[in-house]
Amino acid sequence: MTNPVTTATAATKDESGGTLSFYGIWLIAAVALVVLPLIFSSGGSLTSFSLIGISIIFALSYNILLGQTGLLSFGHAVQYGLGGFLAVHMMNAVASYDWPIPLPVIPLIGGIGGLAFATLVGWVMTKRAGTVFAMISLGIGELVASSSLILRSVFGGESGITTDRTALPHIFGWTFGPQLQVYYLIAFWVMISAIAMYALTRTPLGRICNAVRDNPERVEFIGYDPHVVRYFAYMFAGFFAGIAGGLTAINFEIANSAYLGATQSGLVLFAAFIGGTAYFFGPILGAILVTYLQLGLTNVTSVWQLYFGIIFIGIVMFAPGGIAGILMKHRPLIRARTLGTVIPSYLVAALPTLALVLGIILSIETVARYTASEGEGNVINLVGIPFVATAPTTWAVAVVLVVGGFLIARVTWRRVAEAWDRAATVARDRGYLA
Amino acid sequence: MAELIVISTLNGILFGMLLFLLSSGLTVIFSMMGVLNFAHASFYMLGAFFGYQLTRWIGFWPALVLAPLLVGAVGMAVERYGLRNTHKHGHVAELLLTFGLAFAIEEIVSMIWGKSPMDYRIPAALDFPAFTVFSTNYPAYKIFMLVVSVVIFVALLITLKRTRVGLIVQAALTHPSMVGHLGHNVGRVFMLVFGVGSALAGLAGVIAGPSLVTQSDMAALLGPILFVVIVFGGLGSLPGAFIASLLIGLIQTFAVALNGSLASVFGPLDPSLGPSPLTDIWNVTIAQVAPILPYVLLVLVLIFRPMGLLGTRES
Repeated sequence: MTNPVTTATAATKDESGGTLSFYGIWLIAAVALVVLPLIFSSGGSLTSFSLIGISIIFALSYNILLGQTGLLSFGHAVQYGLGGFLAVHMMNAVASYDWPIPLPVIPLIGGIGGLAFATLVGWVMTKRAGTVFAMISLGIGELVASSSLILRSVFGGESGITTDRTALPHIFGWTFGPQLQVYYLIAFWVMISAIAMYALTRTPLGRICNAVRDNPERVEFIGYDPHVVRYFAYMFAGFFAGIAGGLTAINFEIANSAYLGATQSGLVLFAAFIGGTAYFFGPILGAILVTYLQLGLTNVTSVWQLYFGIIFIGIVMFAPGGIAGILMKHRPLIRARTLGTVIPSYLVAALPTLALVLGIILSIETVARYTASEGEGNVINLVGIPFVATAPTTWAVAVVLVVGGFLIARVTWRRVAEAWDRAATVARDRGYLA
Repeated sequence: MAELIVISTLNGILFGMLLFLLSSGLTVIFSMMGVLNFAHASFYMLGAFFGYQLTRWIGFWPALVLAPLLVGAVGMAVERYGLRNTHKHGHVAELLLTFGLAFAIEEIVSMIWGKSPMDYRIPAALDFPAFTVFSTNYPAYKIFMLVVSVVIFVALLITLKRTRVGLIVQAALTHPSMVGHLGHNVGRVFMLVFGVGSALAGLAGVIAGPSLVTQSDMAALLGPILFVVIVFGGLGSLPGAFIASLLIGLIQTFAVALNGSLASVFGPLDPSLGPSPLTDIWNVTIAQVAPILPYVLLVLVLIFRPMGLLGTRES
């Protein structure tokens, strides 16, 4: 089964910009990782950055499967979780036997855990791609998640297994007690893993993975076995997922069976797909957005997972390239200097779209608060205006916003498409592919 | 022992028939449209919740008819406005759409009805023991569930094998474009099949709701087992789905009823060994292993017979 969602090439390297801007981006990323905690130094933001870093590695590892090789996995958290468990057990063993293994090496152990499991099950799993692979990955995920509750001595049952990251041998005087030091450890591994995974996409293996995604039959004709290629991709993805799991274990000092579960697998799929699987940086954007929303929305609304689902459905239906796909679509227009002709239509479309979005939010919040708690806490603060969930006026406003916003937005987005077509035609005439 | 076998066989066949109500729709939709409907178990859950709500408003019997129709309408809307628009982006996008839907439906259900189990009771007319086997009273409601499932099964079989509609559906399974060339509206056939499949799942939800637990996580619990059923039976094979449903229903029910463990057969391990994976495995009862048995079956089938029990194609 081919995968037209990701048929765009995975190349992100700017052909005309040359190597300078290419290395510049990595350098800027590295500097940003170092400087960020100095600017936002509160405990809350450090925790957020740590979680975002971990989820970047996890989402990038997922994209080795979905974006690069076209394997849709519903059980990627298995490798992540097993990596986390191995890391926790290793940390406890190091602490109790006084092995000379410092904490920064532990994520590698997690990676080996993920790799080991991927090697074990991967051969059977990657026999077929497409829907069958998706179902098998789901089945294996459920199998491992359920088994983890039976094997209590390894997985610690429902409470999980705890550890103490400061009990490991210190290096350079770093105890890794403060969150800042843990952040830098995570940032270090984010950088290493991202470079390694990017390098992987440039190797012959990475290229043949793309070929397997787009046309496995032709790959067979040129003498490669797609099964073996998928197996390798699965192992690499498992390795990096294990690193992310190991970092999570260090960050929280615990590993429990929730790490392996379907929710975790679903979230990484959301992150990678919302960000955009066709470009290397897509999952990074997705991981940042999803983690940020997850942390931010939980304080604002009780039904934040529903918003995730709706954003995801919206992306699947209207922008299957994800955020990265939307951004990269504009590149030829910017180069051909025709973007200016599209922007007015965007501005016109923005207003009804905003009304539609606000209407949907208002409807959801109204239902959520109407059913959840009568009386107390049923006031919705939307763009500074308080709405009472039980008041008919609120319902009327919501209906008007949704219906009116939808009807007008449909017209304006048709205009956007027309303006876009004209701009793209001009860009094509000027020699920029659109 | 004989009592346990009789009761478990009855329960197993019942659970198997319920699974078949779901997996039949899933497998027909899959072979027709190439879409693995992740939200299929969510339609089952919607059926249970609609059934519960309608039972409270207008009684069980109208709900038995109305709730599946409602779920079928939701299914048709999903096909018409969701899947048909996503089709151009490929099967993976369609699969992801249904995945997102399953996620959203679960959230919407728990938003409206909460996360705790519903008080969805067996209707009074069926709340009596049907017969007594050995010393166990077998509830009449379970017999009712069995009868409904069997009637639907027979009706489905007759519709598919003996009517003109069934003929078109069967043809559209293998040669959709040829059916289109012959002047049939394939898009509408797809929509109707999707609707009927969803309605069947909804019906399963309505009748299973009072007997099993009606809760917002019921879709997430049953969904993966459905996939095991259709992979095990062979993708796109209705007879395969039937056999696999019964088999998995029986295996699950018997496993839950049995309480043996390796420790009870071979005696306990030396306690001086301390806790280890071995003692975990040694002491775990068959009942505790029951939830993972379907997945073990799945892995075994994929290793030894990748096309499934009665499947003909590999993918």
